[in-house]
Amino acid sequence: MNAFSHAQSGNAYNFGFLDEYAKKEVRRAILKAIAIPGYQVPYASREMPMGRGFGTGGLQLTLSLIGPEEILKVIDQGSDDSVNAVNLRHFIEMTCPGVSTTTKTTECTLIQSRHRIPELPLTSNQIVVLQVPYPDPLVVVEPSEDKRKTMHGEADYSRLLVKLYEDIVKFDEITISHRYPTRINGHYVIDPSPIPRWDVPKLNASAALILFGAGREKKIYAVPPHTKAEPLAFSDVPFRVEDFRDEHGHRRACTRCGCTDSFLDEFAADSGSKTYQCSDSDWCDEQMLLARQTEGEPA
Amino acid sequence: MNKILEVRNLSKIYGPGCPLCLESTGPEADTNLCPHCGSVVAIHDVSFDLFEGEILGVMGESGSGKSTVVKNLYFDQAPSSGEAIFYDRDKQHDLFALNAAQQRWLRNHRFGMVYQNPHLGLNFNISAGGNIAERLLMSDLMDYGAIRERAKALLARTEVLLSRVDDLPKNFSGGMQQRVQIAKALATQPPLLFLDEVTTGLDLSVQARILDLILEIQQELKTAMVVVTHDLGVIRLLTGRAIVMKYGRVIEAGLTDQILEDPQHAYTQRLVASAL
Amino acid sequence: MSYVAIKGGGRAIAGAAAVTEFLRTEEGLSETLAEPLGIDAILHQLRHLVDRVVSEGGVYHPKFAALAIKQSLGDTLEAAFALRAWRSTRPRLLATPPLDTSRMRLIRRISSAFKEIPGGQMLGPTPDYALRLLRMELMDESPDAFRAVARAWLDSCPEARLPDSFPKVLDALRAEGLLPPVTGRTQAAFDITREPLVFPVPRSAALATMARAETGSLLAVAYSNMRGYGDVHPTVAELRVGYLPVMLPHPITGEPTEVGEVLVTECEVVAMYEADDAGGKPMFTIGYGACFGHNEVKAISMAILDRALQKGMKDGPGNPSEDPEFVLLHVDGVDSMGFASHYKMPHYVTFQSDLDRLRTTQQKSGEPA
Repeated sequence: MNAFSHAQSGNAYNFGFLDEYAKKEVRRAILKAIAIPGYQVPYASREMPMGRGFGTGGLQLTLSLIGPEEILKVIDQGSDDSVNAVNLRHFIEMTCPGVSTTTKTTECTLIQSRHRIPELPLTSNQIVVLQVPYPDPLVVVEPSEDKRKTMHGEADYSRLLVKLYEDIVKFDEITISHRYPTRINGHYVIDPSPIPRWDVPKLNASAALILFGAGREKKIYAVPPHTKAEPLAFSDVPFRVEDFRDEHGHRRACTRCGCTDSFLDEFAADSGSKTYQCSDSDWCDEQMLLARQTEGEPA
Repeated sequence: MNKILEVRNLSKIYGPGCPLCLESTGPEADTNLCPHCGSVVAIHDVSFDLFEGEILGVMGESGSGKSTVVKNLYFDQAPSSGEAIFYDRDKQHDLFALNAAQQRWLRNHRFGMVYQNPHLGLNFNISAGGNIAERLLMSDLMDYGAIRERAKALLARTEVLLSRVDDLPKNFSGGMQQRVQIAKALATQPPLLFLDEVTTGLDLSVQARILDLILEIQQELKTAMVVVTHDLGVIRLLTGRAIVMKYGRVIEAGLTDQILEDPQHAYTQRLVASAL
Repeated sequence: MSYVAIKGGGRAIAGAAAVTEFLRTEEGLSETLAEPLGIDAILHQLRHLVDRVVSEGGVYHPKFAALAIKQSLGDTLEAAFALRAWRSTRPRLLATPPLDTSRMRLIRRISSAFKEIPGGQMLGPTPDYALRLLRMELMDESPDAFRAVARAWLDSCPEARLPDSFPKVLDALRAEGLLPPVTGRTQAAFDITREPLVFPVPRSAALATMARAETGSLLAVAYSNMRGYGDVHPTVAELRVGYLPVMLPHPITGEPTEVGEVLVTECEVVAMYEADDAGGKPMFTIGYGACFGHNEVKAISMAILDRALQKGMKDGPGNPSEDPEFVLLHVDGVDSMGFASHYKMPHYVTFQSDLDRLRTTQQKSGEPA
């Protein structure tokens, strides 16, 4: 059922849905997260009117940070128009009257995203809020949260590294595809949310502040601007992003805009053949516009 | 010879403790259980020195507190009181004054431990090589090729078949598990090794080969060791000096030969006599 | 083949909402006059549904609970969820002092420990001894017959004055020295709505978490303990259901003043005795459960788990039901249903990344089988 109808029926909600005490608490947790890069700050995550796992953590960060001046972009899987992005944007527009929204990465000041960081390099005027299902990279080797807390405190990541070692022994490759464990500022290792490996290098020395919100697991963490972010790897088996080369070794291009240096979505056509397009829809649009302008220019 | 470890007045009491605990327990009282408060005085007032490259034996029956000594020194448990100084090259560490991260660093880099129960020393869900890799990764070696070479070399040194480097320890024999544990403990070439009943429960022929291995390692690497055992044969073969414990107290200390040939304490006399 | 795989998201969502609304109102098309479901009908005739939703939603607001049930088409997980989300928007202005459950206006009270208890046993409304036979006469109940049942009951009911308060069974056991004395009364209760659970957590945090847990989840974990993955072996010392006066300090005088009442279920179990570590006498151990609404299965499950968790906190968990992390992080309905649902969302990007890893790995291990 749609929670909007209830709000639309005149039941007044506070600006940003949450009550001001709740927002203040989230902001305090954000400040702490920025002060200790990569540390998972526990907070009393509130229930939001969408499912846990649909971005309630990111949403609480966005709602706590947003003011009427903000220009917001919401993406899911790189697209502003995917169902979840639309749903979240509607909700924010409804509960934050006066806030502008955009699909353009160049225009926005605040980006809430699930699974992607935009291709366009971000600026110091921007904040990225990533939605996080599993905040703790150690969960694959240690189920107890209590024990994991100590391991983080002591920067004890050897068991995680052994997993990489065992991967290479078994498969001759590190098999972690997304949620790639990344060490922040030389200490805490974070789960950078289910972004592809392609996006992990964007965390390193980013001009924009990158925030992570896990609603169900009730944690907030941050990669502050200009902070070191290093994916775990061996010196002789380096970290690698997704490979988009075809069987002849050529880099695949987006069939829509022709771009050869973006993360691609794979589509299976009815004929059984595969085509590829940019995952970041705004980036794809911009590339097409650019191409058209270049074509239109006199030689 | 340089001192590597200095242990003074180490005590560990399980339970609430009371003013009568100490006088009501120990060899004279013939118990380590305080009749007044029910606390267990596992060890009390244990002091000894260990020198570089030396093997010290800690002997006693079960319940004497001998394992508690090494568990405290390896930070598996925190002592109730006492002090231990570890002399590491030009630094010295006051072991029980360090914070958890510093203690962990020492455990990973400068100490090694081999437990009687291989489940305590090995992760049974990762391969033998992975177990050694874990310890190398803890000490910040980040080159996969180098880690793998080192793991293989250590397993070769401890006579584990190289074809089994990627097998899980749970599929190994007891003797082989101990060899992997020793390889893991040696991975960072620690100057100090703790061995807690490492051959107990193994076949005699397997025991003999593991003891040989330990001696060879000590001669090759000049590793100082504290060997905890109830087995006088192990004490005789490995150690130069020994302490004898009963109900948590040290009742006799000295050169191993002297203790075994001419025991002073009546308890030690009985122990030695029963082993002959 | 085009880029529109994810275009039109907004239209799709609106369409989904519209067709759900159609299902809710479809009956309005039928020949016979169909009344929309009234909030009062839900409140009264589906009272246990409302009980579940106020308890799992964590707000005692039966009317909004009934509304949530109506708009979610009777899905308790969804309804509790909507109530919880509404709660997020409300500031917390006051906290009550601990309320005295001996002052409950009881509708039911039993003890399985003693045949006679001070104040007496009172069976009250319970299906425990009813035969679970389908009552075909309810298939087509007329409004007159409906009214007649209630009237007949009231007419036949003898006038009786119940006392204002009933003594607690546990107090008698405590007086005999069979139970440990009450401790921890001076500690402020942990507020799970304002503080995150960082383990180890105090018992009050565990109790609060279980009080708004999803009934089925709590029952499943408690049942594992009852069946043998645990050893609580409880006896229900007392189970009471009734209306608990809610007291708040008077804004001017500061005197505790009754501001209303909430329907609650409370269960206290007594479990096998344990030796005292400090050398004192062995005593029975206790488990406590309480929740909004009339929900006995939940209160009993909670009491059993409270006992199990206390044991786990003391001696280390011997099985899942004694592990505070395992129990407390897996019984919340809003958390668990949300996460189960989220798998339906697009995961194109992560799956693309998975494909990349598998293909590379397959290539390296020779031709795929």
